[in-house]
Amino acid sequence: MATPATAPRLAMDDVRAFGKPFQAMVEWVGDLGFFSWRVAKAIFSRPFEGAEFLRQLDAIGAKSLPLIALAGAATGVVLSLQTRDSLTRFGAKSLLPAVIIFSLIKETGPIITGLIASGRVGAGIGAELGSMRVTEQIDAMEASGVDPVKFLAATRILACIVAMPLLTLAADFFGILLGWVACTLAEPMSLRLFLSNGLHGVTFSDLLPPTLKTAIFGLIIGVVSCFQGMRSHGGTEGVGRSATSSVVLSSLFIIVADILLVRLIIEFF
Amino acid sequence: MENQTNIEPPIAVEGLRKSFGAQTVLDGLTFQLVAGQVTCVLGRSGTGKSVLLKLLIGIETPDAGSIRLEGRDISSATPKELNEARKKVGFLFQQSALYDSMTIEENVAFPLRRHTKLSDAECHDRVHQLLESVGMDGDVGKMPSDISGGMSKRVGLARALALEPTILMFDEPTAGLDPITAAEIAKLIVELRDQRHITSIVVTHDLHTARTIADRLIVLDGGKTLFDGTFEGRNESKDPFIAQFVKDAA
Repeated sequence: MATPATAPRLAMDDVRAFGKPFQAMVEWVGDLGFFSWRVAKAIFSRPFEGAEFLRQLDAIGAKSLPLIALAGAATGVVLSLQTRDSLTRFGAKSLLPAVIIFSLIKETGPIITGLIASGRVGAGIGAELGSMRVTEQIDAMEASGVDPVKFLAATRILACIVAMPLLTLAADFFGILLGWVACTLAEPMSLRLFLSNGLHGVTFSDLLPPTLKTAIFGLIIGVVSCFQGMRSHGGTEGVGRSATSSVVLSSLFIIVADILLVRLIIEFF
Repeated sequence: MENQTNIEPPIAVEGLRKSFGAQTVLDGLTFQLVAGQVTCVLGRSGTGKSVLLKLLIGIETPDAGSIRLEGRDISSATPKELNEARKKVGFLFQQSALYDSMTIEENVAFPLRRHTKLSDAECHDRVHQLLESVGMDGDVGKMPSDISGGMSKRVGLARALALEPTILMFDEPTAGLDPITAAEIAKLIVELRDQRHITSIVVTHDLHTARTIADRLIVLDGGKTLFDGTFEGRNESKDPFIAQFVKDAA
């Protein structure tokens, strides 16, 4: 039992124990802000890392295409299978193409692309940069007078921003295509009819804002995973931690950002 | 004589302090390197030898004290000034730190492509010349994971020499190498001093290598300089740690 003299000390220890994670979180946010500022300066300053940017666009964009296309296609099929039953019950089966297409282009395509990319790309960047950090490759780059934030982080972040809307279009395309295949297998329907029914009433404001919002998802994936990778420490275990935290944090931020962006899109478009 | 006193030392360190949390690794370190000499820094593990090198090149920031690289104070330099200063310094890391997504040729060409305006053909020739100078040629297309530790050190050294630095920093250049390869790396360091008059600072545990290459020894203990002198001069030191070194090196 605490005596009156030891009681205040115990209370202070409790406050310190509570304060430590809070302090670490504030430090993390501050460091992330400073890192983002350095990246922003690096993106807009010469020399531009064109060759490295294209290499990263290939690694992040082109190499993610099969997985994203598959995820989009699977989503289209599942949407078709699930929605057919519900719409038939309410006598609105003719709306099936429109439901699949609207659902894919407005929300399902972008969010699936964001989450799948945060897994594949986020883990890849976090592990690669983490491994470069613990094997002193980032130090070696710095020692040779090259800014690693510019060469490694800015190029990857920019590639994520550019690649994400393109990958989203691919997910939408394969989702719609396989959605039609699933529809026509259940009840034969030509692609032309499926598209004319589904795209009736679709405007650019239905397609562009949700597609372009994935550029923000790309920014989140790039910044978070580069930051987590470049501050990696503690050998191979640290690299594993960086890869995991890159995926977890970027997925979390994408979900939160999606809610805010959907609200903004509804407000302004 | 007056001109000589005005010449800035390649590296001048004064009152250097560095702590990580509660642990002080360097505590008021002061020394100057002499141009064209090889200086070996020795000490127990954890005495801040590798940290010292990272402070000298500006990868780590000191808590207190000043570091002057060829007269330029790098503690107060802007990132651009720091990068300019770094071009005059070559750094060989303990594990070589070759970029593992690049071939050997691309590794050595990396600083050349970034800091010079050499054409592809000129760059290619220069890379071959550099690799040849460290006894490596013919394996330029291999990836770093496909070559041995000794070969990695040679490639790392070729990369460090790419911009014709006036100062070289070596972090445990012979660690993990067999005695023959270690002797070859030591020979290269001596050749660089004798033929190119490069100033080198070598962090090592390897007393045999230190004896072969060092013009001067700095022994660190508890973040301070325990001994600063020639290899032969260590015999006169009464310090038990130095005495142990003498015994081990005998």
